[in-house]
Amino acid sequence: MNEKNYIEILNNGSPVLLKNIPVLNYPDFYNLLKEMLSDPDSHCVAYYAFPVENMLKFICCIANDKTSGIAVLSHEQKNHEIALLSLTSEIFAMHVYEREIHENFGVQFRNHPWLKPIRYPSDRFYKGNVMNNYPFYQIESEELHEVGVGPVHAGVIEPGHFRFICNGEKVLHLEIQLGYQHRGIEKLMIQKNDPFQRMILSESIAGDSVIAHGLAHTGLIESLAEHNVSERLQIERNIALELERIAIHIGDTAALCMDVAYQLGQVVNEALRTTIINTTQLWCGNRFGKGLIRPGGSNYPSTDDFIKSMLSTLEETLRRYEDITDRIYSLPSVLSRFDGIGILTQGQAKLTGAVGMAARITGIARDIRKSHPFQYFRQHPVEPVTQISGDVLARGMLRNLEARQSIGLIKQWTKKLNEAEESNKKPDYNYKLQPESFAISLTEGWRGEVCHSAVTGKNGNIIHYKIKDPSFHNWMALALAVRNQEISDFPVCNKSFNLSYCGNDL
Amino acid sequence: MFKELKIIKQHGKQFVPDLTAVELTPLFRGRPVISSLPDNKEIERVVRFCPTRAILPEPFGIDLGKCVFCKECQFMLPDKIVFTNDYKIATNDRKRLVVQGGVDKTIELNPDLVRREIRKYFKNSLKLRQISAAGDNSCEMELNASGNVNFDMGRYGIEFVASPRHADGIVITGPISENMAEATQICYDATPDPKIIILVGTDAISGGIFEGSQAVNRSFLDKYPVDLYVPGNPAHPLTFINGILSMLGKKK
Repeated sequence: MNEKNYIEILNNGSPVLLKNIPVLNYPDFYNLLKEMLSDPDSHCVAYYAFPVENMLKFICCIANDKTSGIAVLSHEQKNHEIALLSLTSEIFAMHVYEREIHENFGVQFRNHPWLKPIRYPSDRFYKGNVMNNYPFYQIESEELHEVGVGPVHAGVIEPGHFRFICNGEKVLHLEIQLGYQHRGIEKLMIQKNDPFQRMILSESIAGDSVIAHGLAHTGLIESLAEHNVSERLQIERNIALELERIAIHIGDTAALCMDVAYQLGQVVNEALRTTIINTTQLWCGNRFGKGLIRPGGSNYPSTDDFIKSMLSTLEETLRRYEDITDRIYSLPSVLSRFDGIGILTQGQAKLTGAVGMAARITGIARDIRKSHPFQYFRQHPVEPVTQISGDVLARGMLRNLEARQSIGLIKQWTKKLNEAEESNKKPDYNYKLQPESFAISLTEGWRGEVCHSAVTGKNGNIIHYKIKDPSFHNWMALALAVRNQEISDFPVCNKSFNLSYCGNDL
Repeated sequence: MFKELKIIKQHGKQFVPDLTAVELTPLFRGRPVISSLPDNKEIERVVRFCPTRAILPEPFGIDLGKCVFCKECQFMLPDKIVFTNDYKIATNDRKRLVVQGGVDKTIELNPDLVRREIRKYFKNSLKLRQISAAGDNSCEMELNASGNVNFDMGRYGIEFVASPRHADGIVITGPISENMAEATQICYDATPDPKIIILVGTDAISGGIFEGSQAVNRSFLDKYPVDLYVPGNPAHPLTFINGILSMLGKKK
């Protein structure tokens, strides 16, 4: 590979000057990406376009798990409507990125199999594309039938439309239409142009990943402002992130039990989840950790009393969670609904570019906490937990193991917390960002890798902001996992992935 | 079986016996109290800083329908603004969501605004259809929690149902995105009369941090009266349940 064709970011978060990102012509850009992505340790963490002056600038970031580096390269295009050769036809995982660029700016991608809308943003290029005319894949046959579900679902969950093509009770094909949750967050990030409003927006991207998105945002801002935070604060942020993971994993264990009518498993896990989110509430006054993550400091430094109370809650929760999960995962009536259901193969995971849990259930040991550590994970990288069977059982077990692992991690970190110097630094919202720069910040939330990136202008104001939730990739993985399954197994498959609608729709 | 008995024993009784008398942790961010009026300079500072323009300068007050409960105004003026852990902040009167300076008064329902049919038909059984209209999933999770083993609002005959056809009203979360506007209308139309509308969370009540976004379309709310506002970011299950109990006239 030619060194001058891309710039490598060695530390997750470090900014680079925009002018130092090599601009390639499209054939070189295309070939280099193809070559980089043929390495199984590499995957694309961001690929998007944004307008600068009268040009459309494409930026692509490829992360390598082994070297911890992130290669950044770019391409510029004057004519928006020119047809570019699609990377998707070579590397299918790129399909969502190209669809997004097509939807936002009208760029055509030749040989792209599936240039369908992603989220119907308010400033989309094709105004004629509306929620009601999504081009669903159809099969003409007298033996097949279609089932449409949503946007409003039976449970209290977010909206999205699922269109199944079924052969009898079996799902031949599932297509998922999203966009109902689109609030225009990326645009508001620029329009608001107020650091504190941006922080509140980051906490509202996905209410189940407040800490993961909040940390990605603060990591990005702190690196662009060249602001280092104390070790103590980094440890506290890690603890908050793992509390979020534990709470959701336990809550999802309850939801999985509910879907297969194992009521004891459901109610016990519901009660355990409550104790975890109430711990977060004890810490900062909000059960989801809103208000806990702030740039430069914290309004809620941990106190000895809080740490003591948290540790005893975690101890008790772990004991009871072990008891109930040992029961859940040995009950034949539960296992028969989990085992071999909704399998995602490793091949499919790679094909769709699955990240986070959806990758790890197929044996891919990909975890940003290890490959591109952030905050205190830099001192203390986490060994990823994996499963290999890729089914509902694997997704349940992965939650079980990760929740236990996170409780262990928090215990270790609290010891470090005692050694770390006290820091009562308050948040800082009057930061000055490095001008004409690009930065990318990755975190590993409970669902998978969260990516925020930004470009600054001449005065250090943010001129472009990009957010990526793991769901952006993983919805396609869910669609593949339910093929050839009974349609009645869809709820438990969907729940086991628990993907975010608002995280995708933004 | 012995394992399950052990689990059941450990699990014990999880339900909160009296949902109207719970004391939440001291740091919980509920109803703010403005103990004394800030001076003009201070007012200017907090009004400018508030991310959702929830602080009203004249007369000085905090609009809980817009507040995201970030507590930054308290951090700026700790001896003048204090967020208490009072979670009973739901009301049917939009004006009552504004906390005035110097007044430490609980937020209550306005009985004159409760429609007669609500207490007549729904007092002992209220079935609701939830519509997430671009909610960030935190309010949705809290609404789910309202029916869980701890809060168990089912004990009052209050329940979420799968179809608007089976519902007595709708509960909206989120600022209502343009892309969800039509589905919200269809869902409301499918609910039989008489029906109620409850808005849960700051995003639903005012648009919150999303106010002014081009992707949001709140015209649905211009057409119908709202029967209950449940503020919060997200609204706590106890705020939601106590609000409904007051609306139904079930609270002592």
